[in-house]
Amino acid sequence: MKITVKLFATFQKGRFVMQTREYPPGTVVDDIIAELSIPRESLGIVMVNHRHVELERELADGDTLAIFPLVGGG
Amino acid sequence: MEGFDEFLASGAVGDLVPWGVQRSAMERFSRSCAEVEERILSLDLLPARYQRNRQTISTAGQLRLFRSRVAVIGCGGLGGYVVEQLARLGVGTLVAVDPDVFEEHNLNRQILSSIAELGKSKVAAALARIGSINPAVTVTPHQVAFTESNASELLEGVGLVVDALDNIPSRLALSDACTRLGIPLVHGAIGGWYGHLTTQFPGEEAVRSIYRNWSSGKGVEQQLGNPSFTPAVVASLQVAEACKLLIGEERHLRGRILSLDLHAMEFHETGL
Repeated sequence: MKITVKLFATFQKGRFVMQTREYPPGTVVDDIIAELSIPRESLGIVMVNHRHVELERELADGDTLAIFPLVGGG
Repeated sequence: MEGFDEFLASGAVGDLVPWGVQRSAMERFSRSCAEVEERILSLDLLPARYQRNRQTISTAGQLRLFRSRVAVIGCGGLGGYVVEQLARLGVGTLVAVDPDVFEEHNLNRQILSSIAELGKSKVAAALARIGSINPAVTVTPHQVAFTESNASELLEGVGLVVDALDNIPSRLALSDACTRLGIPLVHGAIGGWYGHLTTQFPGEEAVRSIYRNWSSGKGVEQQLGNPSFTPAVVASLQVAEACKLLIGEERHLRGRILSLDLHAMEFHETGL
């Protein structure tokens, strides 16, 4: 199945801004985070089709996954 | 002798009461600036300083703002702008909370900082600056760190909280305290070119949800720092949210997170 992955801010460095990638059925958000070597503790908002989701969320063909780093400064 | 109300009404130009008249009323009737301001607004007149607000905020809305008590937790990058804008907007009472004094690395972005203020309390700077801009606004400074244990005392009588903190554990404690005390919260955070904000009502878990993958440490701000413009943008958006919540406008960010990438100049909306 095809998943469009968008990365934001510091996550783009050494990776990409946006790619449509092929994944097997049953892939969850956390699988893609691991594949991209993004440390889990650096994750901020993680959205699938514009909704903030848990890492265990299973993806469906055509989904868009967007991953933002943690932002906490003031 | 002319009565208080008559003095204000006769000094008005149209329905605008100039600062000089407000000032004279304070002396002549031995009232505080805040008392005179409330009376002006109660008479459906408008202190002239707010005349450019009026196509955005009605006089009734201006009175609601004046009768509001808002806590700004953190008076650094975000909080300095938030305090400044809430005071210029006409919010009557501000509770300013921050344990820190100004350091040189604050000068690139913190509106309340200046060379003369280095080593001095951020909340004291807030008090002094607001006194010089809008003396009708009462600022209550607390030079302490917000914690779970002082939350009830700091937030007593507060109708709205603005989260302008600089660390995630305190943000989570503030969010929980707001739920416990039944207070709406406007959350904002920044790092580098990036930021986000949301509005959380009591009982909602917006802030905990944003930080659900957090375990320890800081976010991208640790690595990227903060330039001058990011706190100004996010703080302004927080104040726009606060304004709507205070005057009863419905179209706010409840249930949504707005994320900003000022490098790509993109705004993204996420549903919770």
